[in-house]
Amino acid sequence: MIRVELPQHLRTLAKISGEVKLDVVGPATLRSVLDALEAQYPVLQGTIRDHVTQQRRPFLRFFACEEDLSHESPDALLPEAVASGKEPLLVIGAIAGG
Amino acid sequence: MSKVRVLVGTRKGAFILTSDGKRQDWEVSGPHFAGWELYHLKGSPADPNRIYASQCSGWFGQVIQRSNDGGNTWEAPGGDIKPGPEAMQGASNKFVYDVSPETGKPLTTHQFYDGKPHPWEFKRVWHLEPSLTDPDTVYAGIEDAALFRSTDGGTSWHELAGLRGHGTGPHWQPGAGGMCLHTVILDPSDPQRIYIAISAAGAFRTDDGGATWKPINKGLYSQYIPEPTAEVGHCVHHVAMNPSRPGVLFMQKHWDVMRSDDAGDSWHEISGNLPTDFGFVIDVHSHEPETIYVVPIKSDGEHYPPDGKLRVYRSRSGGNEWEALTNGLPQNNCYVNVLRDAMAVDSLDSCGVYFGTTGGQVYASSDAGDNWAPIVRDLPAVLSVEVQTLP
Repeated sequence: MIRVELPQHLRTLAKISGEVKLDVVGPATLRSVLDALEAQYPVLQGTIRDHVTQQRRPFLRFFACEEDLSHESPDALLPEAVASGKEPLLVIGAIAGG
Repeated sequence: MSKVRVLVGTRKGAFILTSDGKRQDWEVSGPHFAGWELYHLKGSPADPNRIYASQCSGWFGQVIQRSNDGGNTWEAPGGDIKPGPEAMQGASNKFVYDVSPETGKPLTTHQFYDGKPHPWEFKRVWHLEPSLTDPDTVYAGIEDAALFRSTDGGTSWHELAGLRGHGTGPHWQPGAGGMCLHTVILDPSDPQRIYIAISAAGAFRTDDGGATWKPINKGLYSQYIPEPTAEVGHCVHHVAMNPSRPGVLFMQKHWDVMRSDDAGDSWHEISGNLPTDFGFVIDVHSHEPETIYVVPIKSDGEHYPPDGKLRVYRSRSGGNEWEALTNGLPQNNCYVNVLRDAMAVDSLDSCGVYFGTTGGQVYASSDAGDNWAPIVRDLPAVLSVEVQTLP
């Protein structure tokens, strides 16, 4: 079981309260976790990754275990603490004024 | 008694303003989708309780929302999990340009600010135009400019690729606000005819339901492009039509107010005595097809009303002769803008006119513009205003 924390606007959009808990098939990577997230909440498709390119949207970041994983390969293994559910994967929106 | 429902899109959410036919007392609902940009909301003429909304964000991209109860509750069509082979829907915000040889041409670039070819990139939906007859059919004008259609209530979208496939497509350029398709007008007398407008390419018309398109910019003169009378390249800000006379169009261009009496085949200027012929909005009285409204704005750099006076100008003669409408509007120290989709008219006996400002005010007139009053004063910057007249 993998834990994911989403920005408030995405929680509202997907009608989620609190953390998301996901069962991920196979190795825990950014790609497999986001695939599982979007399968459970289809409304999130296109809001974290571009529909076509599957690239991370520019104003979002992926943090975990006090590391910025945003530039890791989507197929790189996530830290063991994330894969085991001890630590959440954080989807963070860029700070902004206005 | 009749009612009106005003749909307001702002930089930070949507608001729904309702009143009875007197249009004096208003209820305000919102913000809906708080914190998101709502570029446009519009109700279906075939089912007024069906409303579509374009919700977008610099962080999270585009979402299409749909209401089936007049805006009380909303859903992102296709956002729910469906069992079986239709699982993994979530395509309601999927706007993918069609480059297939069957239905479009393999367009890959348009002209960018630096004059070089640039890939088409979906950014947002500027305008949603529901079908006149089918609540599940709706058109979307998007940035980078293209026209999409959904026939399943906004669940999935398909490009009408013949527009970008028009031979001029690679030469279209963005204006400072982006290369947006912002106006979609459906001809009530001919379901095959659609008008659209793009900043900064110009106006186009299809007479075959969207398969093929022609530029309709003859008569436009734009000194900011190398060839001022070019076939495309004009920064059309908005186009309006009275449904009773679908061949007569009125246009607010980036400088110049224009009129066409032949479905856009030719245009002539009707700016007349306006204090400035720049502006964004233009609309037509619902019962008097020769009565039109604009809000002159000072440009190019300022984008606020001349002399700090917010004035709607009305022509009762189809243009050229304009009168300032000021009763109830601020006549000093007003420096707001009125954006291109932020004016609308209702169809009650005494035509109501509505517009929203970047200062967050939504003004209403229940007497065709003679007198104005703010419905609300302090919303986020208003991006769009639409009105539904309800039984």
